[in-house]
Amino acid sequence: MAKTDSLQGSLDLLVLKILSRRHPLHGYAIMSAIQEISGDVLRVEEGSIYPALHRMEEAGWIQAEWITKPTGRRARIYQLTPDGRSQLGLEESRWEAVTAAVNQVLRMA
Amino acid sequence: MSLWSRLINVVRGERLDRELDEELQSHLDEAVEHGRDPHEARRAFGSTLHQREASRDLKLLPWLDSLRADGVFAWRQMLKKKPASAAAILSLGLGIGACLSAYRLIDALLLRPLPVSEPDRLYAVVRRGIDDDGKPATGDMWAYPAFAQMRAAVKEQAELLAISYAERVDLTYRSDPEMEKACLQYVSGWMFPAFGLRPAVGRLFTERDDLKPGAHPYAVLSHNYWSRRFGRDPNVVGRTFRMGTHLFEIVGVAEAPFTGTERGTATDVFVPTMMHPGATKSDWTWMRTLAVMGRGVVVEPVRARLHAVSRAFEEERAKGFTGMSRQSIERFLDLTVILEPAPAGISGTQQNYREALLALAVLVGLVLLIACANVANLMSAQAAARAREMALRVSIGAGRGRMVQLVLAESAWLAVLAALVGGLFAWWSAPFVIGRISSPDNPAQLDLPMDWRVLAFGLTLTLAVTFLFGLAPALRASAVKPASALKGGDNPHARRRLMQALIAAQVAFCFVVLFVSGLFITTFDRLSHRPLGFSPERVLTVEAVAQRAQPPVYWDQVADHLRNVPGVEQVALAGWPLLAGRAWNGFISVNGAPPGPVLAFFLNVSPGWTGAMKIPLIEGRDLDANDNTPGVALVNQAFVKEYFTHGERAIGTEFAKGDLKFRVVGVVGDAPYRTVRESVLPVAYVPFRALNDKGVVQAASTGTFIVRTRGANPLALASTLRREIPRARSEFRVSNVRTLTAIVEAQTVRERLLAMLALFFAAVALLLAAIGLYGVLVYSVLQRRREIGIRMAIGAQAGDIARRIAAEAFAMVLAGAVVGVAGGMASARYVESLLYQVKAGDVRMFAVPALTILAAALVAAMPAVIRAVRIDPVSALRAE
Repeated sequence: MAKTDSLQGSLDLLVLKILSRRHPLHGYAIMSAIQEISGDVLRVEEGSIYPALHRMEEAGWIQAEWITKPTGRRARIYQLTPDGRSQLGLEESRWEAVTAAVNQVLRMA
Repeated sequence: MSLWSRLINVVRGERLDRELDEELQSHLDEAVEHGRDPHEARRAFGSTLHQREASRDLKLLPWLDSLRADGVFAWRQMLKKKPASAAAILSLGLGIGACLSAYRLIDALLLRPLPVSEPDRLYAVVRRGIDDDGKPATGDMWAYPAFAQMRAAVKEQAELLAISYAERVDLTYRSDPEMEKACLQYVSGWMFPAFGLRPAVGRLFTERDDLKPGAHPYAVLSHNYWSRRFGRDPNVVGRTFRMGTHLFEIVGVAEAPFTGTERGTATDVFVPTMMHPGATKSDWTWMRTLAVMGRGVVVEPVRARLHAVSRAFEEERAKGFTGMSRQSIERFLDLTVILEPAPAGISGTQQNYREALLALAVLVGLVLLIACANVANLMSAQAAARAREMALRVSIGAGRGRMVQLVLAESAWLAVLAALVGGLFAWWSAPFVIGRISSPDNPAQLDLPMDWRVLAFGLTLTLAVTFLFGLAPALRASAVKPASALKGGDNPHARRRLMQALIAAQVAFCFVVLFVSGLFITTFDRLSHRPLGFSPERVLTVEAVAQRAQPPVYWDQVADHLRNVPGVEQVALAGWPLLAGRAWNGFISVNGAPPGPVLAFFLNVSPGWTGAMKIPLIEGRDLDANDNTPGVALVNQAFVKEYFTHGERAIGTEFAKGDLKFRVVGVVGDAPYRTVRESVLPVAYVPFRALNDKGVVQAASTGTFIVRTRGANPLALASTLRREIPRARSEFRVSNVRTLTAIVEAQTVRERLLAMLALFFAAVALLLAAIGLYGVLVYSVLQRRREIGIRMAIGAQAGDIARRIAAEAFAMVLAGAVVGVAGGMASARYVESLLYQVKAGDVRMFAVPALTILAAALVAAMPAVIRAVRIDPVSALRAE
């Protein structure tokens, strides 16, 4: 899937952003949210979201806990930590700088 | 997550896997719940195993996890072949344990600094020169007046301390009959402040406690003695004890763990040097001199200063020498004063055992190397058997580092378990060795702490051992070429060459161990079978003391009383027992001629002493009750040979030691005087009854009864004699009872220990080397099964095959032996001082180890040869 490649760097940003707006979510819900909000434009490769989540968990940006859903199944839900919130700010400004630069190139060239 | 949780996750890897699996599974369940097709969802998700591994590596320390996995795998590998692993662990454990034990002893005796404030500024002031036999010798004995002059001369640069040799003395705390032994040192009052020591209770000495001869009857106890003897009673301060004619008052206890400056001996009681009877005598050397250098002081100028003062002192003293040849005086004055660093103090035990311990350390080090070589070969053979497994691992992507780690993990298990075995062995064996060199009369006391120094050494040793035997097989395994290994055709010769080289090295080490052990064993054998010239069996030596000196007639009365005790055959008196280590000597002039350069030795004995000792009277008569010192003397044959060179008749000849004149009345057989190691000295036995220059009979406060008993076990009489002596005359007390046999055996304690340990380790070395040779030969036959099968199929006889295998074995043994002989020759120089009447160049000393190794090699090679000739060519060739 070629389009995920260009999103590789931005997956963290998307996940952090989703988690900053909503209640704690499990992996499937985060993935669905990205897909839904982007109007099906951004599709995350399903499996690869977990190593990303675990990496961010190791970095201390998000934290996880096991809950039992009303259906009786267990799920692991993630929420943002204060560290994650400041990381989100950092990633957002970096994203804006990059997109602004790319836009400028597109306009000027 | 923190490093800690990652560490924890390494340990609970399975639980981590379960959690990850559950989370990934919950994703799929969620997808299905949202109405997706299960197959489609699974396809979209990709490989769960791959995701799990990716997440897993994030959640723990991958390198540690792989290490854990290899560790577990290696543990299982090891358990699969229990006998081989157990043998490897035991042999390595013995090697590591012996090395650790040797280190503990060397560290405790020679390396560990004294518990004083700045041990690295501590030096021993010694004199180096040429001894009576023309060999270089070092002496550390000083007379107090010389010390006092030297101290004053270097006052600005260094503080000199006078410290006597630790001696066992008789103390009395309460009433007279309760005499007890304690280890005592006379020390400079300013020693405690110079060492930065503080009192545990009471006070310690200062300079003011050590000013005037005989004026400071105070004592400081060591913490060790205070705990042992008084149960740490603080009221001990102010108590008194009697030693000889002096009453000493205890003023304090020095803090632990200081027990004097003599490693190997623990001093119980310290008294000021001024209380020593020799404190004012210029010709009585009874103490060592230590120097505490000032900060930043350069040693050489201080040394030069000390040398100048000492030489001036001795030159002044030499002017008054009479009865000493020019040559002896020259040699005596030619001594050079040197300063030797002494952070670990200075003691006879150190001087006695330094070389012996180092020699033992080298021997056990070689044994450890032999064990390592064995295990390396074992691992190598096992790696060969696992070549296909290794090849498979490499071909599915294992890196070289990971392969090394895999094989090293197994080595590490062996090494760690061996280290545990070794630790236990060292825990037991180091005190055992101390116990061996200790005797009731000369107790060896050495702290053997198991602290970080020992631990660090043990860990380093274990690590070194792991790499030593594990690295070569590990590198070889990692260099496996999958293509050739999977085809089953790896070059077997390369591996065998390494193993053969290791066997040759083993044989070389084994030869050195056997050779040096042989030297030690022969030394002990020669020493213990040396003709003594007297008969020590059934003889008790009873050292007696009288608080106030008693006239000889009372001593005779006690001897008479003892003669009537049942079980006693003969009783005589002497100043001290032969071989007790004491000496009385001087230069003598024969028939009025000027004195020669050879010292004569003296011992005062009663009539009947030669009979009780069973020393043959060769000529003339024994001493009788009317003989005195000076007056008449018995001399030994060595004396006759030394001084009556012109064939004069010994009987009737006169000789003089200073003012004491003697006429020879009898010649007796030779007997060793001080030690059994030296050649027989010229000795004159002079009457116990001594007169002073006015002809008045002199009283004596110490003497030794030589009691020849009837029973086989003389010690059975000991308690009777202890009781009977004060009964005969109430002034007398028994200070010590020893059998003469024990005194003789005490002479060879070091040699006995060396011989015993050397024999043990030689046997271990031989056994290990033989096992190693056996293993490699059997392996080699297995490897060459096909080749041998083909040879047999095309007509080789069993004899040819046997010869081939034997030739391989003996090539290794021969190569090793050649190196071993060279090693043995080189090592012999270093142990020379420990030998007695053994020449390292002696062909026999080389022949015995060589033949032993050859015999062991024959036995070890036999099973492999038998296995080779029994190979059935048909099955050998069909097997592949």
